[in-house]
Amino acid sequence: MTMPLHEPYLALHVEDLTVSYHSKPVLWDIDFDVPPGVMAAIVGPNGAGKSTLIKSVLGLVPSMAGHVTLFGRPYQQHRRRVGYVPQRSSVDWDFPTTALDVVTMGLYGRLGWLRRPGRRERNEAMAALEMVGMAHLSKRQISELSGGQQQRVFLARALVQQADVYFLDEPMAGVDATTERAIVDILRRLRDDGKTVIVVHHDLQTVRSYFDWLLILNVRVIAQGPVSQVYTAENLRRAYGGQIALLDEASFLADAADKTSET
Amino acid sequence: MMADMTALLTDYTLQSVIIGAVLLGLVSGVLGCFAVLRHQGLLGDTMSHAALPGVCLGFLIAGTRDIGIIMAGALFTGTLAALVILLLTRMSRLKTDAALGIVLSIFFAFGVVLLTYIQGQNNAAQGGLDAFLFGQAAAILRSDLWLMGGITAVALGLVAMLWKAFKLVSFDPEFAASLGFPVLVLDGVLTVMIALAVVVGLQMVGVVLMAAMVIAPAVAARQWTSRLETMVVLSAVIGMFGGVSGAVLSALKPGLATGPLIILSVSAVVVVSLALAPRRGMLWEAVSLWRGRRRLRYQHVLTTLYRLAVHHADPDYSSEQGMLDTYHGLGTRSALRKLQAKGQVEWRAVATGEPGPSHRWVLTPAGIREAERILDALGQEER
Repeated sequence: MTMPLHEPYLALHVEDLTVSYHSKPVLWDIDFDVPPGVMAAIVGPNGAGKSTLIKSVLGLVPSMAGHVTLFGRPYQQHRRRVGYVPQRSSVDWDFPTTALDVVTMGLYGRLGWLRRPGRRERNEAMAALEMVGMAHLSKRQISELSGGQQQRVFLARALVQQADVYFLDEPMAGVDATTERAIVDILRRLRDDGKTVIVVHHDLQTVRSYFDWLLILNVRVIAQGPVSQVYTAENLRRAYGGQIALLDEASFLADAADKTSET
Repeated sequence: MMADMTALLTDYTLQSVIIGAVLLGLVSGVLGCFAVLRHQGLLGDTMSHAALPGVCLGFLIAGTRDIGIIMAGALFTGTLAALVILLLTRMSRLKTDAALGIVLSIFFAFGVVLLTYIQGQNNAAQGGLDAFLFGQAAAILRSDLWLMGGITAVALGLVAMLWKAFKLVSFDPEFAASLGFPVLVLDGVLTVMIALAVVVGLQMVGVVLMAAMVIAPAVAARQWTSRLETMVVLSAVIGMFGGVSGAVLSALKPGLATGPLIILSVSAVVVVSLALAPRRGMLWEAVSLWRGRRRLRYQHVLTTLYRLAVHHADPDYSSEQGMLDTYHGLGTRSALRKLQAKGQVEWRAVATGEPGPSHRWVLTPAGIREAERILDALGQEER
């Protein structure tokens, strides 16, 4: 490994990333850096390319230009350091399997092609289910779980990956308040352990209380950096345009005013 | 009758047919599970129809009815069809259902044209090529069985070896890709394996009905289990059962086509499974719906009594039958009787001299506790 590392001190470094679908740009000229040990949110209006950004970082969507490194190396060179939670709606939950089995799938990368999960893998999966408060439902058929419980199973599957950088695609979408709180607690614990957590988030109201790093996206990067500097009414208006009116403007302005008085 | 059966079972042709049916049920049952779970049942249909031009091309190349070359041709055009569908859905704006329909029609039409062309040539060797449309099990030779067995063994071996990867890519392909599994390759292998199942079924059930052989056992098996491992085994068993019973039925009544009988046998299992399977069957669902409605009704009547008592600030508040009937829109008496049997309400005589009906409904302490528990649970669901 004589290749010099590119931006090794950044957990995630995205440069000039461009993704298009049917020759329409979905992401255009994205430069995005996340330092290690933060909990970062990616927000933006519908169609801003939030999920696409995560997917192209993970190589699930081909990019037209640009490059991505994690701790200075391309993703392909250290997948083990990355955990991924796709959108809950991206799979068919009627698949014949149990919660424990889904969590065990998080270890398939480590097991490789031929090795079968054994007792050690089962124990690790149980421990992850325990962390998300689902140990008592480990044998439950996944279609019989509530939306919030399914989301926790997905989170547990990422936890067994023991990664350094976690990507989560709308983990708080359509879950109950208890689950949302549980998820945020776990993500905070990960961050406090020095992991980097990058979350596609849809709820602007909670950005300031949950996250410490923020990317505002609308096909292009609108703003990025520490939440306290980036979460401003001006930036949000630039990203959401007219839609901001729909999003309870009063509370943003109040939040923004709060911030001014804090600083 | 016994003698008949013995004669049947030692019959050389029937033995071949039964072995063929078992192989077909095995391979299509196992591979069908993955096709169904990946929502690709119709892909199987398209690929089996698309095998027809391959059968004809194989015949034209070989010049005789050489089953090896015919199978290779079927595998080739079946896979080609899948590839065309993949390209169409990726490169153009065509949606999957439209792409499937178009590719199926084009390939099948091309196959029929080739078939009629061959038949028009008056080649003596072409005899019975149209049997590949609906299958002609009796024409199976022992040598064909070796080929079918070989294909089945290869397919099952691959499934056993790549089990984890197939399972993951069927459930969550995005996550599989993020772990570094080559999803496109695995997709391709699973698709080619469906083409292999189709090839095994060519002579037994033919290209037109083959899709049912891929879909039906898996659908039936899914009804009875919620573990992929069990589902695959069960699906194979159902496939083999359908194959053998179809073969035996057609032997008992000469003149009836084996292929369609196999499909009907498998379909019978599907119908029974859809109707009767625990948890997922329609009967089960109907019963639990009915039970739920009944329970809801008791609970509803009970909480109404509770709310009335709360409203009047009197735990012993007595409600008239007519009032409860009006509130619920008729017929609470039977529900109240049930609640009475459980000791949750009482049919109590009112104090003498009070106007109105002589008996009224009053909650017991047990009834109050139960009503509070129900309302608590409701509140939790809303939270």
